[in-house]
Amino acid sequence: MTKATQRPSAANRSLPKVPSGIQGLDEITGGGFPRGRPTLICGSAGAGKTLLAMEFLVRGATEYNEPGVFMAFEETAADLTENVCSLGFDLETLVEEKRLVVDHVRVERGEIDETGDYDLEGLFIRLGSAIDAIGAKRVVLDTIESLFSGLQNEGILRAELRRLFRWLKDKGVTAVITAERGEGALTRQGLEEYVSDCVILLDHRVTEQISTRRLRIVKYRGTTHGTNEYPFLIDEDGFSVLPITSLGLQHQVSDERISSGIARLDTMLGGKGFYRGSTILVSGTAGTGKSSLAANFVHAACGRGERCLYFSFEESPGQMIRNMRSIGLDLEPWVKKNLLSIHASRPTFHGLEMHLATIHKLIQKFKPQVVVLDPIGGLIAAGSRRDANTMLIRLIDFLKLGGITAFLTNLTSGGAALESTEVEISSLVDTWLLNRDIELGGERNRAMYVLKSRGMSHSNQLREFLLTDRGFELLDAYVGPEGTLTGSSRLSQEAGAKATTLARQQEASERERGRKRKRDAFEARIIALRTEFEAEGEQAERLATQAVARDKVAENREVMGRRRHADVGKASAGSRKIPRSGNEKLGKARPAATS
Amino acid sequence: MKSSAKRVRRQPLSLQELSKKKAHEQSEAPEVWELRLYVAGQTPRSLAAFANLKRICEEHLSGRYNIEVVDLKEHPQLAAGDQIVAIPTLVRKLPEPLRKIVGDLSNTERALVGLQLRPAKSED
Repeated sequence: MTKATQRPSAANRSLPKVPSGIQGLDEITGGGFPRGRPTLICGSAGAGKTLLAMEFLVRGATEYNEPGVFMAFEETAADLTENVCSLGFDLETLVEEKRLVVDHVRVERGEIDETGDYDLEGLFIRLGSAIDAIGAKRVVLDTIESLFSGLQNEGILRAELRRLFRWLKDKGVTAVITAERGEGALTRQGLEEYVSDCVILLDHRVTEQISTRRLRIVKYRGTTHGTNEYPFLIDEDGFSVLPITSLGLQHQVSDERISSGIARLDTMLGGKGFYRGSTILVSGTAGTGKSSLAANFVHAACGRGERCLYFSFEESPGQMIRNMRSIGLDLEPWVKKNLLSIHASRPTFHGLEMHLATIHKLIQKFKPQVVVLDPIGGLIAAGSRRDANTMLIRLIDFLKLGGITAFLTNLTSGGAALESTEVEISSLVDTWLLNRDIELGGERNRAMYVLKSRGMSHSNQLREFLLTDRGFELLDAYVGPEGTLTGSSRLSQEAGAKATTLARQQEASERERGRKRKRDAFEARIIALRTEFEAEGEQAERLATQAVARDKVAENREVMGRRRHADVGKASAGSRKIPRSGNEKLGKARPAATS
Repeated sequence: MKSSAKRVRRQPLSLQELSKKKAHEQSEAPEVWELRLYVAGQTPRSLAAFANLKRICEEHLSGRYNIEVVDLKEHPQLAAGDQIVAIPTLVRKLPEPLRKIVGDLSNTERALVGLQLRPAKSED
């Protein structure tokens, strides 16, 4: 029993506390309710006061070995047992094991008349005997204010209540007193005046037909406590408070990169894909393949052996599996291997807090590495835009703290700017992919680009993609003179471009051939000229040889003349001066030859 | 258990017999009033309540009543049966419907109204 109070924080040393055992509440209160003192829980009808009080007792009896007495002023023991049965509390067994006493106190004004002086000793005796019967450490007085409606003498009642709370303190029991919320005051009968150590306010608001529950610690004497309004929910596991607003930005970051499941998309993201533990948002108009992207990512993650939790707010698990099969993704084996869990619920089914709490609970139970929310915009339907925003911030913080990669999709409504998200969480996401459709040439085609991606270099191209039965296919970006083209106009433009290229290639080779021909002709002419030149040279030589021969003949003639003593001197003098150069020889030789 | 409580304080047998006899005589209101007074110890208030009750019964129900006193200090488990919160509480078991009057019965007028021995003035 004592172990329950021993908690390390300094606040607890100054004020011993009793753990309530209620999920999240002990975190906010720094250890639980004040030991041996009464705690007041107030709230309007249906706020969950009785359940909170009952869980305090049940947890005390089952987890902290502190038996408890539940004194119900509104419900009978049988009703109460039945009501909390849905929360998994088995009161009957606890009562049998003498760990719990449920006593119903019925005070009906119609049956009661008052005459003269009285006190509430009867109540004291009943409570006292119940406490003594099982050695109770915890006491709940569920809506003790009903006494005010049953008994008229308020003066006596107030004095007796004051005595009751003092008596409870003397008994050393930790009491929880519930009270109805009053107009302009915490409680209708001003009980906070008597029970002032710890006051907790429960609130049940209905905004736009969707209810949210919140809890706030109004006062906790002698201890520090969270002062915010904390959402809480009541489900089959009881009460849980979500003290998540205290999350900050101190999460660990990972350098690990994980594939998006589409190789060419990884290429667009610096070649390696997303960072582990980052938040990825895919936004786009209807039918642009957001869920398909998410399914691809999940498929890849499961393939790596990671656990994925898929929250679908639009499709049932069966429908999703069937639809993804049409693009060549079979998610069913992963579900069977318990690597993938698809949780489908309509956003309007719960309030936001309930969604948040359910998501939390499932995440804690399933321990996934990847969480998909498809689509987040649907959550707005479950609350106001502001609430949805707050909730997503909390959720993203929670996921980041756990190093869980979050994949969110968001539907951009027709009129809105593509770069806007309905819940305005764009600043929270690390990687933002934008899917859009491009209408061109009577067709609607899908394209995507990376709007931002923190901490990595990424492609700036708008890429067309196809959803085929083989999966998600990113196509080559075609950027022509007319801008980015998609679909069949891209195909035709591509074909046109191909033809143009071919023509250009043919023209070029034609020109090349022409040039070659020209060169060939040129070279042929050079050869011809050289041949001619050489031919002329040969002729000249021949002529020169002939001239020499003639000279020789002339010489011979001179010699012969001398022999005959003829006068040929003039002729021989000219011929003896034959120049060495061929041309001169040629030029002069000719007239000589003709002469 | 209840039978033991009944034996705590009981009107003399003679009174009971007398009331039965009277019931036979008065055919108009033949029933015997079963009254139970819850107290917690012998406090002055309990004693006053008992004295006041006895006086009222003698005056208005002479011979037709039966008073049972339950001391919750001795039998705390009996408090739940009649849903006793305030002390002292007088419970009219018979005639039906069940009525409860809390307080020491010092205001006779109100006690009579509560016991429906006299119609409430406001109702007239």
